[in-house]
Amino acid sequence: MFKILKYIFFDLIRSRWSYVYLLFYLLLGAVLLFLNNDLSKAVITLMNVIIILVPLIGTLFGVMYYYNSKEFTELLLAQPIKRSSIFIGQYLGVALSLCMSLIIGLGIPFVLYGLFQSNEIWDFVLLLVTGTFLTLIFTALAFNIVLYNENKIKGFSYSILLWLFMAVIYDGLFLMSLIAFQSYPLDSFSIGATMFNPIDLSRILILLKLDISALLGYTGAVFKKFFGTGLGLFISIGALSLWVVLPVLNIYRKCRKKDF
Amino acid sequence: MIRLLKKLLFVLPLFWGLQLFAQTIVVCSDCKINSIKEAITNAVAGDTILVKKGTYKEYNIVVDKPLTIKGENFPVIDGEDQGEIIRVVSDNVTIDGLFIINVGTSYTSDHAAIRVVRSENFLIQNVVLEKLFFGIYIEKSNNGKIYHNKVIGDAQDEYNSGNGIQLWYSKNIVVEQNIVQKVRDGIYLEFSDNIIINDNISTENLRYGLHFMFSNDDLYTNNTFENNGAGVAVMFSKRIKMLNNTFKKNWGTAAFGLLLKEINDAEIKDNVFEENTVAINIEGSNRVVYSGNDFISNGYAIKVLGACYTNTFEKNNFLYNSFDVSYHSKINDNVFHHNYWSSYTGYDLDKDGIGDVPYRPVKLFSYIVNKTPETIILMRSLFIDIIDFSEKVLPVFTPDNLLDMTPQIKRYNDKD
Repeated sequence: MFKILKYIFFDLIRSRWSYVYLLFYLLLGAVLLFLNNDLSKAVITLMNVIIILVPLIGTLFGVMYYYNSKEFTELLLAQPIKRSSIFIGQYLGVALSLCMSLIIGLGIPFVLYGLFQSNEIWDFVLLLVTGTFLTLIFTALAFNIVLYNENKIKGFSYSILLWLFMAVIYDGLFLMSLIAFQSYPLDSFSIGATMFNPIDLSRILILLKLDISALLGYTGAVFKKFFGTGLGLFISIGALSLWVVLPVLNIYRKCRKKDF
Repeated sequence: MIRLLKKLLFVLPLFWGLQLFAQTIVVCSDCKINSIKEAITNAVAGDTILVKKGTYKEYNIVVDKPLTIKGENFPVIDGEDQGEIIRVVSDNVTIDGLFIINVGTSYTSDHAAIRVVRSENFLIQNVVLEKLFFGIYIEKSNNGKIYHNKVIGDAQDEYNSGNGIQLWYSKNIVVEQNIVQKVRDGIYLEFSDNIIINDNISTENLRYGLHFMFSNDDLYTNNTFENNGAGVAVMFSKRIKMLNNTFKKNWGTAAFGLLLKEINDAEIKDNVFEENTVAINIEGSNRVVYSGNDFISNGYAIKVLGACYTNTFEKNNFLYNSFDVSYHSKINDNVFHHNYWSSYTGYDLDKDGIGDVPYRPVKLFSYIVNKTPETIILMRSLFIDIIDFSEKVLPVFTPDNLLDMTPQIKRYNDKD
């Protein structure tokens, strides 16, 4: 598995797209800091960008890479290698190279700007952690999609639909259900509903850290308990980890049974 | 010349007379007079009682003649939780430099460390109060000054704690350079008119840093209110001026920087509101002018609940608030102009420093949150940004005439 991981990883970091992705984050971080002159404001703006863009890149890149290297995968399948190590290796190779672009691309401008001397370091670390989580989650979901769909067009449209659903449509439905049932106690429901969407989860995680917790706790006791204490952070990170583990397990399960 | 001499002849004996009669009575633990009560009994009007350093276990001290009670190196007056400590019932009393502790707590009477009752021209200065119920309680007394005192309470619950400085039916009083901490209300005014409150620091109080009830024509400037249950509550009062104050970190589930309820004709100018859950909460307030204020990183900068007419918001800076303005109704009779909004995205083609596109400070999301508070969990979501944008283009739910027609391109920098 590690051999395949290593091969894919080095293959990808030599590729043009990794550099474009890296450069994009470099530029984004530098421009934000240049315009804002304020680390915490830059972190907020980056949060907005990351929770939308990282899932999109993760899904599209995952799908694209799988379809492109399909012949190579089939070649590997002919060798005496375990199937799970081929696919998990591929998945980790793609996800880790994306994570690396993200971390290095955002890290360099912030470190140069004096991140280590500021109080925002934990906010920034949290931002990178959520970015990494989102990459891992959405690349895994992309691999799930392609394993179920041989048709490229179908695979791409499902992946875009997945992103659109998680980033926009889910929140719309969420909002509508909250308004429709506004006469009922909704605290637990709304926290529960967040858990089912990794993008919402990451958003909440960063909001919590950026001191909006009091504003969130404005409404009710359950909110106050969840957002006012470490419990919120703990549960959110737990749920995010679950979001990584479950799709990866499904890749493992599916690739063993799949007919090529 | 002769007239001047005559005047001198008339005035000089007066001075001598005062010097002859006004004497200083020294109180110390091993003096002839070793209690303040005894000293007051022996004193005549105009005397000074000098209290030396030491601990005096006394309570219910009644000052019934015009005296100056002055502490040297902060003598401690320990009330041993028995009740009220000093009660002033005479005009022209000065209390200076005492350290008063252990005021008794009572549920039936408001025991205070220093209570002034129906007296004129009092001066309370350099007093330190600790372990108190009520601190300085001014009752139906006028023309006094409360200057440079320190009130440090240890209040836990609202129902069994008192206020730091309380004015009740009192007029023309100056409250200056006091520090009030950890009591129920830092400074409380009820039926008190023409009060001037300057340069005080009121922090960590359970309820309000400063609280007005039915008090008119008051002025407060250069005060700092930090970390209170709510910074300042102004209720049922008219013509209050609030200038150059700082409201900071009044941060919690029901916290406000400034709470206005039934306030008319007030002036709120050049204040700084920083990191409050709600910077200004307005209800039933009319003809109030808000100008030159800085709203920085608050949850809500201005939350308008209803029945607020002909208020003017001008030349304020709204910087990085989660919600700039929140309205509960569709009706707007207030004017917003020449403000700087950090979330303004318009342009200024004619370079006159005023944005060419009007700014709409009420977001649809704030309207939704008012209706269904739990939706706040969706804050900063992409979907919310999209619906906010569509509402901005075509307002349906928010007041459509609530516009800043002249948003500033650059923030006002009068403070720096």
